[in-house]
Amino acid sequence: MKPINRDYKVRNFHQAKWDEPIIFELHQSGERGVMIPEAEEGIVSKVGDGVSKIPSKMARKKSPNLPEVSQARVLRHYLRLSQQTLGSDINIEIGQGTCTMKYIPKINEFLIRNPKLTELHPLQDESTVQGVLGLIYQLDLAMREISGMDYFSFQPSGGTQALFTMASIVRAIHDSNGEAEQRDEIITTMFSHPGQTATAIVKGYKIITLQPDEDGFPKLEDLKNVVSERTAGFVVANPEDTGIFNPQIKEFTDVVHEAGGICYYDQANANGLLGITRAKEAGFDMCFFNLHKTFAAPHMCGGPATGALGVVEELKEFLPAPIVAYNGDTYFLEDDMKNSVGKVRSFHGVPQTMIRAYSWIRSLGPEGLKQVAQTAVLNSNYLYHKILKIKGASAPYVIGNRFEQVRYSWEKMTEDTGVTTEDVQRRMPDFGLHYWTSHHPYIVPQPFTLEPTESYSKEDLDEYVAALTQISKEAYEEPEKVKNAPYNSVIHKMDERDYLDNPEKWAISWRVYLKKTGKTKVTSF
Amino acid sequence: MAREENVSHPYIPNTVPEVQKEMLEEIGLENIDELYEGIPESLILKDKMNIPSSLTEFKLRKEIESSLNLNKNCDENTNFMGAGCWQHFVPAVCDEVNQRSEFLTAYAGEPYEDHGRIQALFEYQSLVAELVDMEVVNVPTFDWAQAASTSLRMACRITGRNEVLLPRTIDPDKLRIIKNYCSPDIVCEVVDYESSSGQLDMKDLKGKVSTNTAAVYFENPSFLGFIEEKGDEISKLCHELGALSIVGVDPSSLGVIETPSQYGADIVCGDLQPLGMHMNYGGGQAGFIATRDEEKYVQEYPSRLFGIVPTEVEGEYGFGDITFERTSLYDRLNGKESVGTQTALWGITAGVYLSLLGPNGMYELGQTILQNSQYAQEQLSKLKGVTSSRFNSLNFKEFVIDFNGTGKSVEEIHQHLLKEGIFAGMDLSESFPELGQSALYCVTEVHSKNDIDKLVKAIQDVVE
Repeated sequence: MKPINRDYKVRNFHQAKWDEPIIFELHQSGERGVMIPEAEEGIVSKVGDGVSKIPSKMARKKSPNLPEVSQARVLRHYLRLSQQTLGSDINIEIGQGTCTMKYIPKINEFLIRNPKLTELHPLQDESTVQGVLGLIYQLDLAMREISGMDYFSFQPSGGTQALFTMASIVRAIHDSNGEAEQRDEIITTMFSHPGQTATAIVKGYKIITLQPDEDGFPKLEDLKNVVSERTAGFVVANPEDTGIFNPQIKEFTDVVHEAGGICYYDQANANGLLGITRAKEAGFDMCFFNLHKTFAAPHMCGGPATGALGVVEELKEFLPAPIVAYNGDTYFLEDDMKNSVGKVRSFHGVPQTMIRAYSWIRSLGPEGLKQVAQTAVLNSNYLYHKILKIKGASAPYVIGNRFEQVRYSWEKMTEDTGVTTEDVQRRMPDFGLHYWTSHHPYIVPQPFTLEPTESYSKEDLDEYVAALTQISKEAYEEPEKVKNAPYNSVIHKMDERDYLDNPEKWAISWRVYLKKTGKTKVTSF
Repeated sequence: MAREENVSHPYIPNTVPEVQKEMLEEIGLENIDELYEGIPESLILKDKMNIPSSLTEFKLRKEIESSLNLNKNCDENTNFMGAGCWQHFVPAVCDEVNQRSEFLTAYAGEPYEDHGRIQALFEYQSLVAELVDMEVVNVPTFDWAQAASTSLRMACRITGRNEVLLPRTIDPDKLRIIKNYCSPDIVCEVVDYESSSGQLDMKDLKGKVSTNTAAVYFENPSFLGFIEEKGDEISKLCHELGALSIVGVDPSSLGVIETPSQYGADIVCGDLQPLGMHMNYGGGQAGFIATRDEEKYVQEYPSRLFGIVPTEVEGEYGFGDITFERTSLYDRLNGKESVGTQTALWGITAGVYLSLLGPNGMYELGQTILQNSQYAQEQLSKLKGVTSSRFNSLNFKEFVIDFNGTGKSVEEIHQHLLKEGIFAGMDLSESFPELGQSALYCVTEVHSKNDIDKLVKAIQDVVE
């Protein structure tokens, strides 16, 4: 038998396609997927059927229209859907820039499924949860070293919630010193993440956005022109989503501090900086890390996650309560922060994510963390070098000086061929790869953002580049091929007209789909 | 042959020196430090971080497991705590699906390579829609408190008003979360409850609700465990004044208890944790929001909403983001609130759970919970000085035990129970001082008669 032909640079891939129905179409009256524990006879004989005590107007009249499906069929359905999902364990997941997709160590998944964690109630007596509290505290100590901050809260359950919490703390600080009315502006930069502006707006702030200069840097002069006695805070990602690091960051935080503002740091893009440079030295009062990005906890289709929030000593009293503390003998939940913003998530956040992150840190040690950063930046620059050689691709703004990721552009290719970044997005799955365009702001024309992290080998990067090169070649030679993609995916091109934005046609649930299409319930498949 | 140390970390392939050299050559650099020349020297960390050295997988497992073994869990003990996180039976298929590598490691993939993830989330939306008898459900939020907070902000945008009313029986922590989320522009006011029944005090409500009210939020079952029976009256009052009725609901009750949409709720929210998630020390929480399919509601969701879309090939289901322009990912300055990583995997897991149980399973779940908790209340009430429940309303799953007649504090009783391997209910004496020495206990389908009898005996030993 001949070996696989490696002359082709791109993979001969076809995603699993099952023509899998919607779960409601699997309904067969009388089937069931699981038996629920019944009340024991000794209980039933005392209390009867239980439900007849429900006041009649509060008893459910009409049974929920859920499907009845046998267990094996439910399992087969969901496993088929999982096969039709290209997680980061399956593909070279460098196409989701700003999200730091990396290898998810299996040992961590094994550890967090331990019943000594899964079967803990969050209100158990502290004496019964010393193990989990100890691990969270150890994670706190590690995060302090990585950031230079003094205390961490792991309550925020994601990056946007951490940003929201930091905006809440900014407000609480100015409330406590009587300046809340006066300080109503938050300054940020254009290439910071949308969550920075969106969450500050929820807290009632006006947003001032610094625009990038021709090299992609925010200008210190612009900042000086907008800071004032109205400045409540300054929030920024550094490097920004373009991959550009602002070397004047300390000057920025100094200017904001002089005006009485609080500086908070979105470290969603911190992966390339671990052990290299820290929030504290750059003058930040607060920062957060996404444990589900930088610290290798999985993304889980979009959470649950953790936005680990660190503050300097003086801001401890504003943190959401409780935080985990240690008295030299016992771990405990410290709840007496006098100006606390209260709480932002129920209980203590997501301990599974915290323990995954701690395990990852322990697997790497201080040298390993630095290797993560260095390798991620090496990978990013290697990729940058290769992408710029692809016909029609470019990377706007400064040459060099890019870190964890780069925001690229197909502007030239689109001008030459009409093939857009959305077309590329549909073609990449044909090679077994994920590719994301970019989120707001849509300043870079025909954008795509690649973040290769430390997890991918040179060979992996070369394969990704080969797929983009192939698509560029197709765009110049037979553009319709790219425009009509995908071919080897689960589905073909969607007919999006009307169905996503027209209230008469959109269907956000199966019952609405049946109603709007005039179809009746399908009872079997 | 000697063992080579640290040639390459197992998680970082490109630490192989030859490969690194080749890559550096490709980009025209001599060494890796040159990559950081954009960072000023003054910001470069000089010291090594004070973090313990790396561990092999073998040693890591030993270390983390030895820490976790210090915990005493609810399997080895008997747990009667609820209060926002509940111990339920988790079908093995829920665990199997939620640990599948493809779902576990997927994130924001596109419809053409993450078809399965998006279909699973569309199905979750559809299944919860049936359970709560609504038409639109979002990809889940962080938790119930967040779902309630966002529901209130949605109501304020829809009505153009900025005052909301909440029940005084609400979980104090949830109220703290809501108040922080609603500040500074929304006024949150609390409505009292009837001391005998725990039900919302209609007189107090009528005195506080007005044409400035955007919404009245209440819960069913309430945080203190009883069924709120005046949902129809509350909703009617809201609607007369142009306010919305928002109901927070425990989905495990909906096989047997009437759904809020039937007594006038405009927005229904709650937590998915009872639907197939382990307690995870509070890490299994996930909030849902549901409404009717009306544009004025749909446009106010900040969350992602996946809808079903035809493809160019007849007979294929495609899925996409409905009204993506609403979101902060589309428009950083004008998006509704914000959206980012939330709790999507728990949504998929809840979908698996509802698919497994079906309508009959949800009914049986509700029935077993009612039977077990009614038995516990009956047996506990026989104890001298103990009243359960404190309120004369029907309880679902949770109930308030009044220990005031025993002469003992809740703390004293609970310390005794702890020694007996029983994790007692939440002490309410601080957060609800008007109830004196009372505690919120939770009994679900996981409890056996023996568990409950053991609890009753242990309390009897302290109080009699």
